Amino acid sequence: MVQDNGKETTLALRLRVWRQRRGQPGAFEEHALAAVPTSASFLEMMDMLNEQLIKEGKDTFAFDHDCREGICGMCSMTINGMPHGPLPGVTTCQLHMRNFRDGETITVEPWRARAFPVLKDLAVDRSGFDKVIQAGGFITVRTGSAPEANNIPVPKPVADEAMDAAECIGCGACVASCKNGSAMLFVGAKINHLNILPQGQAERDRRTLAMVKTMDEAGFGNCTNYGECQAHCPKSITLDVIAKLNRDYLRARVKEFFSSTGKPSKGGE
Amino acid sequence: MALTGLVLAGFVLGHMTGNLLMFKSPEAINAYAKWLHDNVALLWTARTVLIISVFAHIWAGVQLTLENRAARAGGPAVEATRRATFASRTMPYSGVVILGFVVFHLLHFTLKQVALGGVDFGPDVYKMVVAGFSSKPVAVFYVVSMLLLCLHLSHGVSSVFQTLGLRNERWRGRLDVLALAYAWIVALGFVSIPLAVLTGVLK
Repeated sequence: MVQDNGKETTLALRLRVWRQRRGQPGAFEEHALAAVPTSASFLEMMDMLNEQLIKEGKDTFAFDHDCREGICGMCSMTINGMPHGPLPGVTTCQLHMRNFRDGETITVEPWRARAFPVLKDLAVDRSGFDKVIQAGGFITVRTGSAPEANNIPVPKPVADEAMDAAECIGCGACVASCKNGSAMLFVGAKINHLNILPQGQAERDRRTLAMVKTMDEAGFGNCTNYGECQAHCPKSITLDVIAKLNRDYLRARVKEFFSSTGKPSKGGE
Repeated sequence: MALTGLVLAGFVLGHMTGNLLMFKSPEAINAYAKWLHDNVALLWTARTVLIISVFAHIWAGVQLTLENRAARAGGPAVEATRRATFASRTMPYSGVVILGFVVFHLLHFTLKQVALGGVDFGPDVYKMVVAGFSSKPVAVFYVVSMLLLCLHLSHGVSSVFQTLGLRNERWRGRLDVLALAYAWIVALGFVSIPLAVLTGVLK
């Protein structure tokens, strides 16, 4: 990594970028890109590449992006094997070209996981995450007007813990970095965010069981405690959320197994 | 994986501790072996639990590995690893070698189908072990397998806490050290016996 000492310099790069049409096999395409400012973000560098391709009359590379300030979770590129690139704790849009060397060859791939099929080039279908959220990533509230802010007291440590989990932007870097294609960090973050708050208690066990079931059905792998997700998460969410997910899941399964209404069962005496 | 792993990890520690009686006296280890064999109920309860645990552990491990390989779908062309330990990435391989070892070990010392040591020593476990490890290939295979067991345990024991949800960032480092210490204590305890036989400390 090169720091620019405040001086603006430019880089000449060789880019190996993944080219793929939906349902067809893909391959890397090589392009040379000159005069990339070190102050450009990685996405701006990709914009430069696409402008160059347009001038050459070629097809541009499709990639996801939106807010470009690290909070929306849309950008998704595996850069030299690392989701969101070499800088820990940032998204691709927050990664600047000063972190690369002049003359370097950079390999840019989509998220790689069975549950994230390629739509085109670098853009993947992350609707597996949407399904998990639909299964339980919500709380039941009366809607229509803003609720009174302090109706439900939330202890400060609980609010802090929930906020830390809620930092997850759902980008999918955890799945892309996991050697098992597992979504446990994402699901753990969502479960922790809602399960510890008083507002999340009503659906707590149902949420945990439903989200884990949907996660498995969506084709994500299982956690074997590699820790790669934590090392690549742009929001630095830790494996703690997975430990807590496991704890809540066990609790919910035990409660489900011994569930009782306190009355004789209908089939009984 | 965690529950069966816990049973098996507990077993290897107990087995290793019992083995160390080799260093006390031939009579001590032989008396211990006789005591184990005389308590038929205890012996077969332990054996049943172990056999079930071994098969459940293998079944879960195979399923886990196959599911995870499929979910990864080949992975990126450039593979970068930031944190995953060597032990964590080689669990299926260390597991397979350990399984091979367990099969050989049972044939060798329990069912006595491997005639490397020569004769059947009957109830004299001490002589059987010394004769068994006098064969260099056996001793080397044993030592290598125990070092792989150390690798397997170093990841497995710390993973148990994660799977059961009994872990956080504050405890992660301590639990990893605990797992590493556990793995080395078990492995070194086991390895000490073939090494002692090879160096002539036990004869």
